[in-house]
Amino acid sequence: MSDAVDLKRRRLLQLVALAPFAWQARRWVVRPPDAFAQTLPDDPTIVPTLEAFADTLIPGEKRSSDDRAIAGAAAGPGAVQAGALDLMNFPPVGVAPALPGFAAGLNAHAVQYAATNGIALDPTVPPFVALAFGDRTALLVEILDGSGPDELAYFALAALAFLAYHTAGHLPLVDAVRSGHPGLAAIGFPQPQADGLWHYSDFSYRRALATRHPETSKRGNPP
Amino acid sequence: MSETADVVVIGTGFGGSIPGYYLAAGGARVVMLERGPRLAAEDFAQTFEIGVYTRIVDYIRGTGVDVTAGNCVGGSSVIYFAASLRAPTFVFERMGTLGRRLWPAAISRQTLDPWYRRVEKILPVAQQRWKDVAYAGGVWAAACNRAGHTCNPVPVAVDLKRCTNCNFMVHGCRFDAKRSMLLNYIPAAEACGAEIRPLHEVQAIRPADTPGYRYAVDYLQLDPTDYRVAVGGGTIDARLVIVAAGAMGTPVILQRSATYLGAMPSAVGRYFSPNGDHVTTAVLDEAKVRDLLGLERAPGVGYDAHHIGRPIGTMTYDPLVASAPEFSRFSLQQIYFPPIVNILLDDRVDGPPSWFGVDKRTVTSRWRSWLSVLAMTEDANEGVFGTPPPTGNFVRLSPAASLGQLTFDRAPQTQSGFDAADALTRSIVERDGLARHHLWAAPPNGSAPPNVQSAHPLASCRIGDDPDTSACDDRHELRGHPGIFVTDASAVPTSLCVNPSLTIAALAERASAFLLLRAAEYGVNVATSVRLPGRTASSRASRCEHPA
Ligand SMILES: Cc1cc2nc3c(=O)[nH]c(=O)nc-3n(C[C@H](O)[C@H](O)[C@H](O)COP(=O)(O)OP(=O)(O)OC[C@H]3O[C@@H](n4cnc5c(N)ncnc54)[C@H](O)[C@@H]3O)c2cc1C
Repeated sequence: MSDAVDLKRRRLLQLVALAPFAWQARRWVVRPPDAFAQTLPDDPTIVPTLEAFADTLIPGEKRSSDDRAIAGAAAGPGAVQAGALDLMNFPPVGVAPALPGFAAGLNAHAVQYAATNGIALDPTVPPFVALAFGDRTALLVEILDGSGPDELAYFALAALAFLAYHTAGHLPLVDAVRSGHPGLAAIGFPQPQADGLWHYSDFSYRRALATRHPETSKRGNPP
Repeated sequence: MSETADVVVIGTGFGGSIPGYYLAAGGARVVMLERGPRLAAEDFAQTFEIGVYTRIVDYIRGTGVDVTAGNCVGGSSVIYFAASLRAPTFVFERMGTLGRRLWPAAISRQTLDPWYRRVEKILPVAQQRWKDVAYAGGVWAAACNRAGHTCNPVPVAVDLKRCTNCNFMVHGCRFDAKRSMLLNYIPAAEACGAEIRPLHEVQAIRPADTPGYRYAVDYLQLDPTDYRVAVGGGTIDARLVIVAAGAMGTPVILQRSATYLGAMPSAVGRYFSPNGDHVTTAVLDEAKVRDLLGLERAPGVGYDAHHIGRPIGTMTYDPLVASAPEFSRFSLQQIYFPPIVNILLDDRVDGPPSWFGVDKRTVTSRWRSWLSVLAMTEDANEGVFGTPPPTGNFVRLSPAASLGQLTFDRAPQTQSGFDAADALTRSIVERDGLARHHLWAAPPNGSAPPNVQSAHPLASCRIGDDPDTSACDDRHELRGHPGIFVTDASAVPTSLCVNPSLTIAALAERASAFLLLRAAEYGVNVATSVRLPGRTASSRASRCEHPA
């Protein structure tokens, strides 16, 4: 084989070997940064639908007598008052662009649920909002506890309602606790010390409360 | 021309930092590539704001299992709870479902003990006395005692004098009390010239282009504000590659590399173990804490202290009975999780919904009376990784929330361990109505059980003697790919019945001794015997060898 032919062959082999590197060629563009849109499109059905969703997960009292999104199934503030929608729209979370789709999906599920169960929906509010609390709950059990294709996405959305209520995920914790964030207050999350940090000098009963395993090693390990 | 290094280390957790130190101290040119950012005490904040702790914590949802892991220089050691335990002797003799010993013949508790001792000294590990045990650990100990069980304070890699009992360990320790890799092996490695590059996510290993070098390591540089976006990339040619991207990362990198390096051992990405982790929660009756256990932390207050302390205080070793059949042995450890996980608890009221709604809200209103218990059981290594994603280890959906390719189809043996652990936990906490015992119900899976929640992923590229069921030999070298080593949690063959970090570290210490020898054989100019890392800046520098 002449050197030229050999070179050609080697070049070809190199090219073949390179083919699997396709993932490197488009390496810089993994995702366009469009998920940072902050405001919801101007659709009046989205906010109440997502509020009703959050309120079904962690129910609370109505904000006013004509509040339709919150069903009023429990006393005290629920996920909505705790900032569920603020967290859904919180830029670092990056799900804002998906919210209209979630709301539309919930309403489509609600229409189907109403039809199956012979429920007449009030046409002046979004279909999911038109459902009574018990029906909202039953529908979310179907959507969230099933193994349908959307279950994972809706569970992620549900997690945001929980993180808003239980952790104030859209706020600095010190500010949230000090300003009486309703979810943190409801679970009894403690106030920080005067320096704005959490730390405890009293933390222990300071006495032996059980016998150690008889075969515990010198360094405190199981045998 | 590619950049070159003697050794590229992928990942900076226990598995990466430990060999990184020894090789650098031996005189090798070491570059450590770390996917996450580099943060220190002053960056760690006590807040649940998304975008803060989510910079360093990953929650990866798989099928049948969800895993929490660290994403920063120092790896999971930065966010972990620092319980530092040697695995029981019987663990090394486990047969699993294969019917023969799963650990390499060279490794037993006895042969690992000297390496455990080294790690305990270097981190270092402290012995908690009863006065160091926080209220939650105290209640668990008293409840065990009242039910006729022993209970031990847990050894922890924490500087107890510095610890403020703030219970924000998963955020990284802003008081520098937690003895993570950031305070021992990593500064020691850097003192000897190791270079750490944060926000460098390794994608694959290929044959090197540079003569004299075996492997090329390809990486992407990630945008510090959004890890889904890559801002650059490159390649380093190395004589030796240490893969220590954690049990969720190492198998994925190796699977992807098969395209370039040729077939991987079949155990790469198989036999994953969540360390048999199984968490449940007791909701205590405060009056009974006083009346039955005789505990009062303030006048009239029995407990009301879920939020105070270090996450892990006490555990019972009683069910770790060596002679009991495999899959029936476990430990039960008191543990605290921040309210990030509150979604998971079952309301324990009949009928759906189990994890949301009015009843769930009522249970969470008693959060300060919660006491969680982590059972670490013997699982059946049934986890399997699917096809790798285009880049990275999993698909990032939003900060800290990712979808993995891992499937854990829970085996009956694993379930029987969970059931036994639940029965014992329940009998301890529900005795005379001390508490109500709640399982974790979310995330839901239709009729299948909810996903296993694990912070202890293991075994996805395990060491062993049998080439069919282990990816690496007993010296951690990847079968069929000389010069590639796996030294992290993925090398651990089985679940351990205790928290795994000390075992991961002891194995990495042991592997480092072989690595130095191997590096010399593969042409790296390195001393084959190196001193332990020093504690101070000057002692660290003085321990670095500079071979001619
Ligand atoms: C919340 C929590 C609490 C825990 N508490 C305890 C405890 O009390 N006791 C105990 O023993 N264990 C505990 N663990 C488990 C323990 O932290 C881990 O088992 C251990 O740290 C794993 O070490 P590793 O080196 O295998 O992996 P890791 O420490 O996870 O390190 C892997 C590193 O590789 C990086 N990486 C991943 N992929 C890539 C890539 N493609 N390119 C470059 N870098 C990459 C990661 O970002 C990470 O830094 C806890 C874990 C968690 C999450």
